[in-house]
Amino acid sequence: MLSRVAENIYWLARYLERAEDTARLISVNSHLLLDFPRATSLGWDSLVNITGSEAIFDKHYDKRDETSVLNFLCGDRRYGGSIISSLAAARENLRTTRDIMPREIWEEINQLYLDTDKQVQAGINSRNRDNFLKRVIRSCQTVTGLIEGSLSYTQVRTFLLLGRHLERADMTTRIIDVRSANLLPRSPEELTPFENLQWMSVLKSLTGYQMYRQQVRLRVKGPDVLRFLLQDKAFPRAVACSLREMVQVLEALPRHERVQQVVDDLVKLLIAADVESLAAEPEQLHLFVDELQIGFNQVHGAIAENYFGATD
Amino acid sequence: MSKINWNNYAFNGFYDELMAAPGVPHPAARMLCEYLAQLDARELKEHKHAAEVAIQVMGITFTVYSEGSMIDRAWPFDIVPRIIPLDEWQRTEAGLKQRVQALNMFIDDLYHDQKVVKDGVLPKEILAQSVNFRPQCVGINPPHHIWAHICGSDLVRDKDGALYVLEDNLRVPSGVSYMLENRNVTKRILPELFATGRIQPVDDYCSNLYDMLAAMSPRPGDDPQIVVMTPGIYNSAYFEHSYLAQQMGVELVEGSDLLVGDDDCVYMRMVDGLKRVDVIYRRIDDLFLDPEAFNPESTLGVAGLMRAWRKGKVALVNAPGAGVADDKVVYAFVPELIRYYLDQEPLLPNVPSYLCMRDDDRRYVLDNLDKLVVKPANESGGYGMLVGPHSTKAEQKQFAELIKANPRNYMAQPTLSLSTAPTLCDGVVEARHVDLRPFILSAGNQTHVTTGGLTRVALTRGSLVVNSSQGGGSKDTWIVDVDNLDGALSPSQSQHQNQGGE
Repeated sequence: MLSRVAENIYWLARYLERAEDTARLISVNSHLLLDFPRATSLGWDSLVNITGSEAIFDKHYDKRDETSVLNFLCGDRRYGGSIISSLAAARENLRTTRDIMPREIWEEINQLYLDTDKQVQAGINSRNRDNFLKRVIRSCQTVTGLIEGSLSYTQVRTFLLLGRHLERADMTTRIIDVRSANLLPRSPEELTPFENLQWMSVLKSLTGYQMYRQQVRLRVKGPDVLRFLLQDKAFPRAVACSLREMVQVLEALPRHERVQQVVDDLVKLLIAADVESLAAEPEQLHLFVDELQIGFNQVHGAIAENYFGATD
Repeated sequence: MSKINWNNYAFNGFYDELMAAPGVPHPAARMLCEYLAQLDARELKEHKHAAEVAIQVMGITFTVYSEGSMIDRAWPFDIVPRIIPLDEWQRTEAGLKQRVQALNMFIDDLYHDQKVVKDGVLPKEILAQSVNFRPQCVGINPPHHIWAHICGSDLVRDKDGALYVLEDNLRVPSGVSYMLENRNVTKRILPELFATGRIQPVDDYCSNLYDMLAAMSPRPGDDPQIVVMTPGIYNSAYFEHSYLAQQMGVELVEGSDLLVGDDDCVYMRMVDGLKRVDVIYRRIDDLFLDPEAFNPESTLGVAGLMRAWRKGKVALVNAPGAGVADDKVVYAFVPELIRYYLDQEPLLPNVPSYLCMRDDDRRYVLDNLDKLVVKPANESGGYGMLVGPHSTKAEQKQFAELIKANPRNYMAQPTLSLSTAPTLCDGVVEARHVDLRPFILSAGNQTHVTTGGLTRVALTRGSLVVNSSQGGGSKDTWIVDVDNLDGALSPSQSQHQNQGGE
């Protein structure tokens, strides 16, 4: 497989995962807000923080209200992480790799992009929001299904999986980072009545609520949620689980030991984390997530250097 | 959409590819015309719709630029095939082989002894002013002395019914993927007619192309590593590049995927590491191939590629410099070249041509700009032309200036009465002008001509411009064995009865 094509495939998967995770994030936030009293600090601006897009958002918008944030995250092409930008980037990457991908995958992504474009031009509001987000999530899942059912176990699939799992791990830590910073009690006595709901929302952002209930069988509590989302071996959106998938997938590639080593180091860091104290100390958690993000960059760097033929 | 009545088909004074006279098809087209005539309006509409759906589903597109962005347009396709009798095609095929053989000998001669100039057959000022002569290619010996491995020659039929060669495309001729896909679409919508077994198949092109490319490998015997090299997705023929790579099962590469090593071999960057490349079917112009040898600004090419080619470490198809014979002024000399190199009479005629570099010809051209088609020597895609009868006085004046300023760059031909073929336009079958582009593969010991070729059709009434970039469409081209048409009516009639019985 050509290095350029491998790189395009890898980014295709990352952009698709980003579009889906962003849609999930908005969707859960919307539902949560409906249950909350006006007075809580939780609002639409936390989504801007989660996505790390404060600077570009504030440059183009006056206030962080629902309409602005929705349009920014769904349909603003000036922001590279918006759903429309992610889908456009996924589609451009797919364009050059159409000859090696099953035709239905192109058709699904092409159609999703065209429909999304139409919808964001018409505007996203609280009434059509749910259907729109559902459409994005469903289509991304359809593509995942098409890949699963029609793409051979070749290097093409390997690079798709590498991109998907790295992006997923990255998005999960972003969600934990900012959302948790808002939520974590400064001291056990300061528990708000809504704390339970808020931790649930973190889980629901990652469609992890059901699995948490089944696997953990405990009341929703900060340290348990953190342990589940960071270290769990079985939940697909847990950071450790995504990284372990990568280690396994890498086996199919030549010279994989180097990259595996980088991923392994990151898994070790995760497993060694003291979730009790991280849950109690927001600053510490924030620093830890930063450390993980640096780790993701190193993983990406190792993949790019090894397989995408950094210039020589 | 209304039912077809061939008695009402208007000829407008042109030779028609399907109809011999009102209501009377040529023998080879009888089966098709009768089949189409028995379709009712609804069925005809369904056939057209089926073709549109097939094109969309199969993803047959070509790329156009519009308002700064790139759009994939569905390939414009007419469901009524164009038909050529097998015996006529066999003569044409022989003529094309003869022509391409002479052209390859000519190119090889130009880059070696230039005997053709020394013997006074080609005026030396034509060579001196050729923009496609590449001094970088002098003295090089490509495998089997083949330079133009793939040639797309444009044929047109005049009102006398004879096929003429209009031009030879020796650089990066495109369209063959559409020829193949047109056949796939037609097979889906007119399966009954293919069941008769008289329509010659076209689908061996990609394996012939692969065999020809493999025969050029500098490492014969080994499993050659072949690639198709594209300028990228912004190129209008990207669909074709991708299609051919896919059909041959080879990598589709861009310049940035390749590098030339210290050993002067070409390698591609793979996930598994560097892999040596033996044959490059390049779909990128000479001047962008190698920034070391040609345009230093080119980011599409590969530094050192010409060095690798000169040392025989890699085959480039078509060879750089082959375009020297793809020049509308050189074109005028092709009949002479056939006589000179092969000592044979040309089997296929050229369109009579006036060379503006000759004083008498130029005077005639300047006096008759309103009647002639004037072409620049080195443009393709129908750009930069003056079609006299369709031009304004101002355009004629502009061309007169252009010709006087650079006579070597212009030639003119009489406006041909291009033949027509019935074409489904807005629900009615009307005559539209067509041409034909067959593709000729030269491997040295073997020459292969496509069965028919790509028929392009000017979809606008009265228009002579068939290029897809300028409102042209295309048709499937059938080579039909007329001699074996025993009881020609039976297939379509039995079809009729079957349908009636449902």
